[in-house]
Amino acid sequence: MTSEQIPTVIIEDKLFLNRFLVDEIPHLVIKDQKICANCQEKPCLTFCPARVYEWKDEKIIVGYEGCLECGACRIGCCFDNIEWEYPRGGFGVQYRLA
Amino acid sequence: MVEKQEVIIVGGGVAGLSAAYTLAKAGVQVMLLERGLNSGTKNVMGGVLYSHMMNEIIPEFWKEAPVERRIVEQRMWLMGKESATQAGYKDLSWNKPPYNNFTVLRSKFDQWFAKKCTDAGVLIVNETLVTDCIIKENKVVGVRTNRPDGDLYADVVVLADGVNSLLSKKLGFHKELKANQVAIAVMELIKLPAEKIEDRFNLDKETGATIEVYGEATKNMMGTSFIYTNKEHISIGCGTLLSALSKSKIKPYELLESFKQNPLVRPLISGGESSEYYAHLIPEGGYNSIPRLAGDGVLVIGDAAQLVNGIHREGSNMAMTSGRLAAETILQARRLGEYDERALSVYKSMLNGSYVLNDMRKYKNTVHVMENNPAYFNFYLPAVSQAIKELLNVDGKTKREKQWIILKQFFKGRSKLKAIWEFIKLGKAML
Repeated sequence: MTSEQIPTVIIEDKLFLNRFLVDEIPHLVIKDQKICANCQEKPCLTFCPARVYEWKDEKIIVGYEGCLECGACRIGCCFDNIEWEYPRGGFGVQYRLA
Repeated sequence: MVEKQEVIIVGGGVAGLSAAYTLAKAGVQVMLLERGLNSGTKNVMGGVLYSHMMNEIIPEFWKEAPVERRIVEQRMWLMGKESATQAGYKDLSWNKPPYNNFTVLRSKFDQWFAKKCTDAGVLIVNETLVTDCIIKENKVVGVRTNRPDGDLYADVVVLADGVNSLLSKKLGFHKELKANQVAIAVMELIKLPAEKIEDRFNLDKETGATIEVYGEATKNMMGTSFIYTNKEHISIGCGTLLSALSKSKIKPYELLESFKQNPLVRPLISGGESSEYYAHLIPEGGYNSIPRLAGDGVLVIGDAAQLVNGIHREGSNMAMTSGRLAAETILQARRLGEYDERALSVYKSMLNGSYVLNDMRKYKNTVHVMENNPAYFNFYLPAVSQAIKELLNVDGKTKREKQWIILKQFFKGRSKLKAIWEFIKLGKAML
């Protein structure tokens, strides 16, 4: 698959539509950054629908605040390298419509 | 003294609410734990709710439930870059009770359903995350929550904690899901005046249409995009197998944006304003991904049990039916005063006898066959579009020439035998 005609999206514009009650305790934690450094594919940078994961300064930055709690990274990480919990009760994304 | 419930249900989606309502109506003391601010704030679906199964739980629910539109037309598009082969079925008898299906906005609908449960006597505790099942002598006897002094005990625990079901995984009821067992779906709600929606989709007031879109809509990956009409919103989304999306290097929101900007789709949503953005996993592993459904003191229902028929985009109905059957099982077990695995296994036989496991069994190999043969999505689907174009395009070629062009296209670069075999395999997996 090529990237032909794939539009660029500013994900912040989409996340801005949603309401979040951000917990100060992150619910997503990288178990071992060394594993990410050696991961060739880094699929989390692709499939995360909220662009929670970013590769910066040779490590994965986790922007858990905008997480939509879908679980894609929990299942899709090839090395099972993400400690994945739901945010504590009452926190996280709060959908108002569908 | 430790307070003990008869039944604790984990998760306030349609599965958990269906179980809770059925139990409370029969006089059982039920506590339902929901991690969101209230039911619905964490719940996402494309939006189609089937009338028959909801009607079995709350008769004539449509008279009071916040439904969006009664679906009278279901369309299917096979989309190319600037073409669409379309099929559809419209039936105005679906605009009369008992209806066929409705679009709903889950946050509103689930809140209403939760209120019905509360009225029936269910104790709903929101903002409560269940972190573990409490196990004593190999039997589930309660749940641990993140609240202070948060251990709660019950005769039976019903896990309705959704597709990720961390709880049934912790119980060892299933192994970790794999990337080819779930679809990642993203969706936006786009606000448009009701009259505009009715004009653009050729609808009367309060009636609605759904469109499932294949092909270019998911960049020929295994998956579906969809456009559903609500009262004053359009739900538009894309779902692809997580494994396929990972490989493609296309981000889910880029796929959605590309679908929204496709010249065939754009006019349907133009002038609309995005209201909210969603992401959710859909169980796609089918029959072979179903976990253990019953254990000592515990039952698993809905998405947590991976009960989704992806071929017919059915899921919320299976969630409701599984919730209702779990409740009926618990009522039987209660009469016996036994909640061990043997007593609760009635749930499995009930599901087995119903459409739920029969349909799941029917399609148990379909996703697998499609996933292992990407040609169905990235070769044959586009070939169908090309064939129809060839048939309809009047360009001076004789019809016999056109037939040859079409046939050749289907076998282009592949052995005839292989192509025929691929069709037999698909047929076997679908029929």
